[in-house]
Amino acid sequence: MTAATVTLPAAAVARSPGYWSGVARRLMRDPVAMAALAVIVALVLMAILAPYLAPNDPSKGMMLRRLKPIGFAGFPLGTDELGRDMLSRLIYGARLSLLMGVTPVPIAFVIGAAIGITAGYVGGLPNTLIMRTVDIFYAFPSVLLAVALSGALGAGLTNALVSLTLVFVPPIARVAESVTTQVRNLDYVDAARASGAGAFTIVRVHVLGNVLGPVFVYATSLVSVSMILASGLSFLGLGVRPPEPEWGLMLNTLRTAIYTQPMVAALPGVMIFITSVAFNMFSDGLRGAMDVKS
Amino acid sequence: MIEIEKLEVTFTGGRKPVRAVNGVDLSVPQGSVLALLGESGSGKSVTLRSLLRLHPEKRTRIGGSIRVGGQDVMALNRRQLADLRGRVVSMVFQEPMLALDPVYTVGRQITEAIRKHEGISEAAARARALALFERVRIPSPERRLDAYPHEMSGGMRQRAMIALALSCNPKVLLADEPTTALDATVQIQILLLLRELQRELGLTVIFVTHDIGVAVEVADRIAVMYAGRIVEQGSVPDVIGNPLHPYTRGLLAARVDEAVPGSRLVTIPGSPPDLADLPKGCAFAARCAQVHAACQDQVPALAGRLGDHRAACLLT
Repeated sequence: MTAATVTLPAAAVARSPGYWSGVARRLMRDPVAMAALAVIVALVLMAILAPYLAPNDPSKGMMLRRLKPIGFAGFPLGTDELGRDMLSRLIYGARLSLLMGVTPVPIAFVIGAAIGITAGYVGGLPNTLIMRTVDIFYAFPSVLLAVALSGALGAGLTNALVSLTLVFVPPIARVAESVTTQVRNLDYVDAARASGAGAFTIVRVHVLGNVLGPVFVYATSLVSVSMILASGLSFLGLGVRPPEPEWGLMLNTLRTAIYTQPMVAALPGVMIFITSVAFNMFSDGLRGAMDVKS
Repeated sequence: MIEIEKLEVTFTGGRKPVRAVNGVDLSVPQGSVLALLGESGSGKSVTLRSLLRLHPEKRTRIGGSIRVGGQDVMALNRRQLADLRGRVVSMVFQEPMLALDPVYTVGRQITEAIRKHEGISEAAARARALALFERVRIPSPERRLDAYPHEMSGGMRQRAMIALALSCNPKVLLADEPTTALDATVQIQILLLLRELQRELGLTVIFVTHDIGVAVEVADRIAVMYAGRIVEQGSVPDVIGNPLHPYTRGLLAARVDEAVPGSRLVTIPGSPPDLADLPKGCAFAARCAQVHAACQDQVPALAGRLGDHRAACLLT
């Protein structure tokens, strides 16, 4: 019976092209996603290079030049309520805003995916226990939950990050669980078992391979939400404290100037909007590019 | 090679236990092909999957014994079971689109399986995968190894699935309706390929199908299943030429190719019994044209009349 085994020399063996190079190629052909990526890269560079890009000291104010309009000499984007340079503050603000907006998502992705995949693969009673607990968190609107957690933990950057992470774990866990439950019952998992693969191999190869993609795409779409929530927390005084430049906080302190200098007061909101839209469009493009069948 | 005795499979997950298989005895000698014939829900696939213990352990009660190559499948521990699966017994699934993982290339899936069992290098495993692709006659195999399942046609995918099943030189191949999802012209090619591979590699094959034509094409012997029991078994010419059980006769009469054009197709009236609530006697009694009072009382045993051609009917 084994006599029929065919053996060939190991030469002439080509490596298969990677999955990710295909994703990158498809992404490259999507102009909207590439534009969004360019905006994201520009924002990140702006945050990193802030000391070199900012024309003025972001924390140095002067009472004599408060709330100057856009285009004021020496201050292209005007000044805020304490006479600080808006352009410099917006550039520096990218640091904290991006940090607060982006960091919770990858952390929540790891935790949420682990919880969801475990629940989905194990099934039965453990699944019920885990997912119902997740549901309790999921039942609260995300803004309310973030505010409540931040309020309970106290203001500050770290606490804001922790509460935002906790807000995003349940939805990610839900998505991971539902995808895992679907995948677990598919024929290729049975086929893998029929060819002798153990539970660990099946989870590592077949479940992770099929679950992480959709969950990852879902998580990238949460970055924009996270940006807005982070700004919201700062706006409510639960995130960064003044005088740190952060877009949400700047919106808050400038809100009293909305009738005197509306254009300047709106600028941090414009930055939040641009960032959030860029992340959203990029995640849309990524979803298209990661679908092997398209 | 395969000895199944008094196999009983009950699924306990639902509200009522479902008795999918109720005492199946089968023996398949080495190098021969058995076709398990039956309609949906007759327990043929369940029997097949039991051979690899693929049913979820918590929600399934299995009775009886299954021996493959002298090994008691039910007594294997997890490690031994992983060695049995793929290496001694492997399986071809009905729908290759679902049975191949969509996010990996088919080549990767085959090398993965080979390396899992034999721990050889990536390059050697890939060379073996290439040889398998040539063997199942996939055109330009080198390129096809790097294709994703969705990039192949249905027939090609099923060939790849067969290559995957044969990757670790199994002795037993279980085929779960491998041609049902394919169109008619491709079906016959896959059947011929399976038959050819079976002869060349000396495989022992159990072929599950609901298509009598397919069973005649590939099998040496046929076992007809109904409501989780085997109602008739024997060699292909015996069962087809001289069916003993009323159910087998009904199946044979219902074939489309026998029908007179313009007339209504012959059918078996009624529907199979509820597996959660089986009748006490013969499960086919409610639909049988020749039913006797005694049929309602006890399940007739599989009895022989002519050599090894046996049927489970009081009339034989």
